[in-house]
Amino acid sequence: MQSEPSNVLNLFREGDADAFESLFRHYQRSVYGWILRIVRDPAAAEDLTIESFWRIHRAHARFEPAQGFEGWARRIATHVALDWLRAKLRNSEVSAESCAELVAPLAADPAITAEIRSKTAQAFGRLPPKLRVAATLAVIEEQPQKDVAAALGISIAAVKVRLFRALRLLRNDLKRQGITP
Amino acid sequence: MNEDDRDRMKKLLQQALPPVDMDAEPTRDLWPAMLRRMDEEALAHPQAGINWAWFDGVLAVGLVLLIGSFPAAIPVILYYL
Repeated sequence: MQSEPSNVLNLFREGDADAFESLFRHYQRSVYGWILRIVRDPAAAEDLTIESFWRIHRAHARFEPAQGFEGWARRIATHVALDWLRAKLRNSEVSAESCAELVAPLAADPAITAEIRSKTAQAFGRLPPKLRVAATLAVIEEQPQKDVAAALGISIAAVKVRLFRALRLLRNDLKRQGITP
Repeated sequence: MNEDDRDRMKKLLQQALPPVDMDAEPTRDLWPAMLRRMDEEALAHPQAGINWAWFDGVLAVGLVLLIGSFPAAIPVILYYL
Protein backbone atom coordinates (compact mmCIF):
# COMPACT_ATOMS: atom_id res chain seq x y z
CA MET A 1 0.00 0.00 0.00
CA GLN A 2 1.27 3.44 -0.92
CA SER A 3 2.29 5.40 2.16
CA GLU A 4 0.85 8.74 3.09
CA PRO A 5 2.84 11.95 2.49
CA SER A 6 4.84 12.96 5.54
CA ASN A 7 2.95 16.25 5.90
CA VAL A 8 -0.29 14.32 6.50
CA LEU A 9 1.45 12.22 9.14
CA ASN A 10 2.87 15.32 10.82
CA LEU A 11 -0.52 17.02 10.76
CA PHE A 12 -2.13 13.91 12.26
CA ARG A 13 0.46 13.91 15.05
CA GLU A 14 -0.52 17.49 15.81
CA GLY A 15 -4.18 16.45 16.11
CA ASP A 16 -5.47 17.70 12.74
CA ALA A 17 -8.95 16.23 12.11
CA ASP A 18 -8.68 16.30 8.30
CA ALA A 19 -5.39 14.42 8.42
CA PHE A 20 -7.01 11.80 10.65
CA GLU A 21 -9.90 11.40 8.22
CA SER A 22 -7.47 11.07 5.33
CA LEU A 23 -5.52 8.35 7.16
CA PHE A 24 -8.75 6.61 8.18
CA ARG A 25 -10.00 6.45 4.61
CA HIS A 26 -6.63 5.33 3.33
CA TYR A 27 -6.05 2.57 5.88
CA GLN A 28 -9.50 1.40 7.02
CA ARG A 29 -9.53 -1.50 4.58
CA SER A 30 -6.06 -2.63 5.52
CA VAL A 31 -6.76 -2.40 9.27
CA TYR A 32 -10.12 -4.15 8.79
CA GLY A 33 -8.45 -6.98 6.85
CA TRP A 34 -5.81 -7.43 9.52
CA ILE A 35 -8.38 -7.57 12.31
CA LEU A 36 -10.58 -9.93 10.30
CA ARG A 37 -7.68 -12.35 9.97
CA ILE A 38 -7.42 -12.44 13.77
CA VAL A 39 -11.07 -12.45 14.88
CA ARG A 40 -12.59 -14.14 11.79
CA ASP A 41 -15.92 -12.40 12.32
CA PRO A 42 -16.80 -9.67 9.76
CA ALA A 43 -19.26 -7.75 11.96
CA ALA A 44 -16.88 -7.77 14.93
CA ALA A 45 -14.01 -6.77 12.64
CA GLU A 46 -15.92 -3.65 11.55
CA ASP A 47 -16.59 -2.63 15.16
CA LEU A 48 -13.00 -3.35 16.14
CA THR A 49 -11.71 -1.30 13.20
CA ILE A 50 -13.60 1.69 14.60
CA GLU A 51 -12.31 0.95 18.11
CA SER A 52 -8.76 0.72 16.74
CA PHE A 53 -9.01 4.06 14.95
CA TRP A 54 -10.51 5.60 18.07
CA ARG A 55 -7.44 4.47 20.04
CA ILE A 56 -5.25 5.71 17.18
CA HIS A 57 -6.98 9.07 17.34
CA ARG A 58 -6.46 9.34 21.10
CA ALA A 59 -2.81 8.35 20.80
CA HIS A 60 -1.97 10.79 17.98
CA ALA A 61 0.55 12.72 20.09
CA ARG A 62 2.59 9.55 20.66
CA PHE A 63 2.77 8.74 16.94
CA GLU A 64 6.23 8.89 15.37
CA PRO A 65 5.86 9.78 11.66
CA ALA A 66 9.29 8.33 10.88
CA GLN A 67 8.07 4.84 11.81
CA GLY A 68 5.18 4.93 9.34
CA PHE A 69 1.45 4.75 9.98
CA GLU A 70 0.43 1.28 8.84
CA GLY A 71 2.69 -0.69 11.17
CA TRP A 72 1.68 1.47 14.12
CA ALA A 73 -2.01 1.15 13.27
CA ARG A 74 -1.63 -2.60 12.81
CA ARG A 75 -0.03 -2.92 16.23
CA ILE A 76 -2.87 -1.06 17.90
CA ALA A 77 -5.42 -3.08 15.93
CA THR A 78 -3.75 -6.33 16.99
CA HIS A 79 -4.10 -5.39 20.64
CA VAL A 80 -7.73 -4.37 20.14
CA ALA A 81 -8.41 -7.74 18.50
CA LEU A 82 -6.54 -9.56 21.27
CA ASP A 83 -8.65 -7.79 23.91
CA TRP A 84 -11.78 -8.86 22.04
CA LEU A 85 -10.64 -12.50 21.88
CA ARG A 86 -9.90 -12.46 25.62
CA ALA A 87 -13.31 -10.99 26.40
CA LYS A 88 -14.98 -13.53 24.15
CA LEU A 89 -13.12 -16.39 25.79
CA ARG A 90 -14.21 -15.11 29.22
CA ASN A 91 -17.79 -15.20 27.96
CA SER A 92 -17.22 -18.82 26.87
CA GLU A 93 -18.05 -18.15 23.26
CA VAL A 94 -15.43 -20.15 21.46
CA SER A 95 -15.19 -18.64 17.99
CA ALA A 96 -13.72 -21.53 16.10
CA GLU A 97 -16.52 -21.99 13.61
CA SER A 98 -17.51 -18.41 12.88
CA CYS A 99 -15.85 -17.79 9.55
CA ALA A 100 -17.40 -20.21 7.12
CA GLU A 101 -18.60 -17.76 4.50
CA LEU A 102 -15.60 -15.44 4.32
CA VAL A 103 -12.73 -17.85 3.85
CA ALA A 104 -10.83 -18.24 0.62
CA PRO A 105 -11.73 -21.38 -1.30
CA LEU A 106 -9.35 -24.18 -0.44
CA ALA A 107 -9.37 -27.70 -1.82
CA ALA A 108 -10.42 -30.05 0.95
CA ASP A 109 -8.00 -32.86 1.67
CA PRO A 110 -10.04 -36.09 1.52
CA ALA A 111 -7.80 -37.57 4.21
CA ILE A 112 -9.00 -34.91 6.66
CA THR A 113 -12.65 -35.54 7.47
CA ALA A 114 -15.19 -32.89 8.36
CA GLU A 115 -15.21 -34.19 11.92
CA ILE A 116 -11.44 -33.78 12.26
CA ARG A 117 -11.65 -30.28 10.80
CA SER A 118 -14.41 -29.38 13.24
CA LYS A 119 -12.53 -30.77 16.25
CA THR A 120 -9.36 -29.00 15.15
CA ALA A 121 -11.19 -25.70 14.84
CA GLN A 122 -12.71 -26.15 18.30
CA ALA A 123 -9.36 -27.08 19.83
CA PHE A 124 -7.81 -24.03 18.19
CA GLY A 125 -10.52 -21.89 19.75
CA ARG A 126 -9.51 -23.18 23.18
CA LEU A 127 -5.91 -21.96 22.85
CA PRO A 128 -4.90 -18.96 24.96
CA PRO A 129 -5.64 -15.83 22.87
CA LYS A 130 -2.04 -14.64 22.60
CA LEU A 131 -0.94 -18.04 21.24
CA ARG A 132 -3.98 -18.17 18.97
CA VAL A 133 -3.23 -14.77 17.45
CA ALA A 134 0.38 -15.71 16.73
CA ALA A 135 -0.67 -19.03 15.17
CA THR A 136 -3.52 -17.47 13.19
CA LEU A 137 -1.30 -14.85 11.62
CA ALA A 138 1.85 -16.90 11.08
CA VAL A 139 0.48 -20.38 10.34
CA ILE A 140 -3.02 -19.97 8.92
CA GLU A 141 -2.60 -16.59 7.22
CA GLU A 142 1.10 -17.19 6.44
CA GLN A 143 2.16 -13.67 7.36
CA PRO A 144 5.93 -13.15 7.68
CA GLN A 145 7.11 -13.71 11.25
CA LYS A 146 8.70 -10.27 11.36
CA ASP A 147 5.30 -8.69 10.57
CA VAL A 148 3.65 -10.81 13.27
CA ALA A 149 6.37 -9.82 15.75
CA ALA A 150 5.93 -6.13 14.90
CA ALA A 151 2.14 -6.34 15.23
CA LEU A 152 2.37 -8.07 18.61
CA GLY A 153 5.20 -5.87 19.85
CA ILE A 154 7.46 -8.85 20.55
CA SER A 155 10.66 -10.31 19.05
CA ILE A 156 10.74 -12.86 16.23
CA ALA A 157 12.17 -15.36 18.72
CA ALA A 158 9.14 -14.80 20.96
CA VAL A 159 6.84 -15.40 17.98
CA LYS A 160 8.58 -18.71 17.33
CA VAL A 161 8.14 -19.70 20.98
CA ARG A 162 4.42 -18.85 20.82
CA LEU A 163 4.00 -20.85 17.61
CA PHE A 164 5.77 -23.84 19.11
CA ARG A 165 3.62 -23.70 22.24
CA ALA A 166 0.42 -23.20 20.23
CA LEU A 167 1.05 -26.18 17.96
CA ARG A 168 2.13 -28.39 20.85
CA LEU A 169 -0.99 -27.52 22.89
CA LEU A 170 -3.15 -28.09 19.84
CA ARG A 171 -1.56 -31.46 19.10
CA ASN A 172 -2.00 -32.59 22.73
CA ASP A 173 -5.64 -31.44 22.72
CA LEU A 174 -6.32 -33.39 19.53
CA LYS A 175 -4.55 -36.47 20.89
CA ARG A 176 -6.85 -36.38 23.91
CA GLN A 177 -9.75 -36.52 21.45
CA GLY A 178 -8.22 -39.51 19.69
CA ILE A 179 -6.94 -37.57 16.69
CA THR A 180 -3.31 -38.06 15.75
CA PRO A 181 -2.25 -35.31 13.37
CA MET B 1 7.79 -31.57 17.87
CA ASN B 2 9.85 -31.92 14.69
CA GLU B 3 9.54 -30.26 11.29
CA ASP B 4 7.21 -32.97 9.91
CA ASP B 5 4.88 -32.62 12.91
CA ARG B 6 4.77 -28.86 12.38
CA ASP B 7 3.98 -29.28 8.68
CA ARG B 8 1.17 -31.73 9.45
CA MET B 9 -0.28 -29.43 12.09
CA LYS B 10 -0.07 -26.50 9.69
CA LYS B 11 -1.87 -28.44 6.97
CA LEU B 12 -4.54 -29.59 9.41
CA LEU B 13 -5.04 -26.06 10.71
CA GLN B 14 -5.35 -24.60 7.23
CA GLN B 15 -7.94 -27.23 6.36
CA ALA B 16 -9.90 -26.57 9.55
CA LEU B 17 -9.59 -22.77 9.43
CA PRO B 18 -8.82 -21.70 5.86
CA PRO B 19 -7.14 -18.30 5.39
CA VAL B 20 -9.42 -15.28 5.19
CA ASP B 21 -10.11 -13.95 1.72
CA MET B 22 -7.41 -11.36 0.95
CA ASP B 23 -9.97 -9.13 -0.80
CA ALA B 24 -12.30 -8.98 2.21
CA GLU B 25 -13.38 -5.43 2.96
CA PRO B 26 -15.94 -3.77 5.21
CA THR B 27 -19.56 -3.99 4.06
CA ARG B 28 -19.96 -0.22 4.55
CA ASP B 29 -18.00 3.00 4.82
CA LEU B 30 -16.87 3.06 8.44
CA TRP B 31 -16.15 6.80 8.59
CA PRO B 32 -19.72 7.85 9.61
CA ALA B 33 -19.58 5.32 12.47
CA MET B 34 -16.16 6.67 13.42
CA LEU B 35 -17.57 10.20 13.58
CA ARG B 36 -20.47 9.00 15.74
CA ARG B 37 -18.01 7.31 18.08
CA MET B 38 -15.96 10.50 18.38
CA ASP B 39 -19.11 12.56 19.07
CA GLU B 40 -20.30 10.09 21.73
CA GLU B 41 -16.94 10.23 23.48
CA ALA B 42 -16.94 14.03 23.34
CA LEU B 43 -20.41 14.12 24.93
CA ALA B 44 -19.56 11.48 27.53
CA HIS B 45 -16.37 13.27 28.56
CA PRO B 46 -16.95 16.98 27.91
CA GLN B 47 -14.04 17.90 30.17
CA ALA B 48 -11.65 15.90 28.04
CA GLY B 49 -10.57 19.00 26.15
CA ILE B 50 -9.69 20.91 29.33
CA ASN B 51 -6.52 19.84 31.02
CA TRP B 52 -6.80 20.62 34.71
CA ALA B 53 -3.64 19.92 36.57
CA TRP B 54 -4.20 18.55 40.07
CA PHE B 55 -2.45 21.50 41.65
CA ASP B 56 -4.89 23.90 39.92
CA GLY B 57 -7.64 22.23 41.94
CA VAL B 58 -5.62 22.40 45.14
CA LEU B 59 -4.98 26.12 44.57
CA ALA B 60 -8.67 26.79 43.95
CA VAL B 61 -9.70 24.92 47.13
CA GLY B 62 -7.01 26.75 49.12
CA LEU B 63 -8.24 30.08 47.83
CA VAL B 64 -11.84 29.31 48.80
CA LEU B 65 -10.72 28.24 52.29
CA LEU B 66 -8.61 31.37 52.67
CA ILE B 67 -11.50 33.62 51.69
CA GLY B 68 -13.87 31.71 53.96
CA SER B 69 -11.52 31.93 56.94
CA PHE B 70 -10.28 35.47 56.38
CA PRO B 71 -12.84 37.55 54.48
CA ALA B 72 -10.66 40.58 55.10
CA ALA B 73 -8.13 39.04 52.69
CA ILE B 74 -10.50 39.54 49.72
CA PRO B 75 -9.28 43.07 48.85
CA VAL B 76 -5.66 41.86 49.02
CA ILE B 77 -6.43 38.92 46.70
CA LEU B 78 -8.31 41.20 44.29
CA TYR B 79 -5.38 43.60 44.31
CA TYR B 80 -3.02 40.83 43.19
CA LEU B 81 -5.34 39.40 40.51
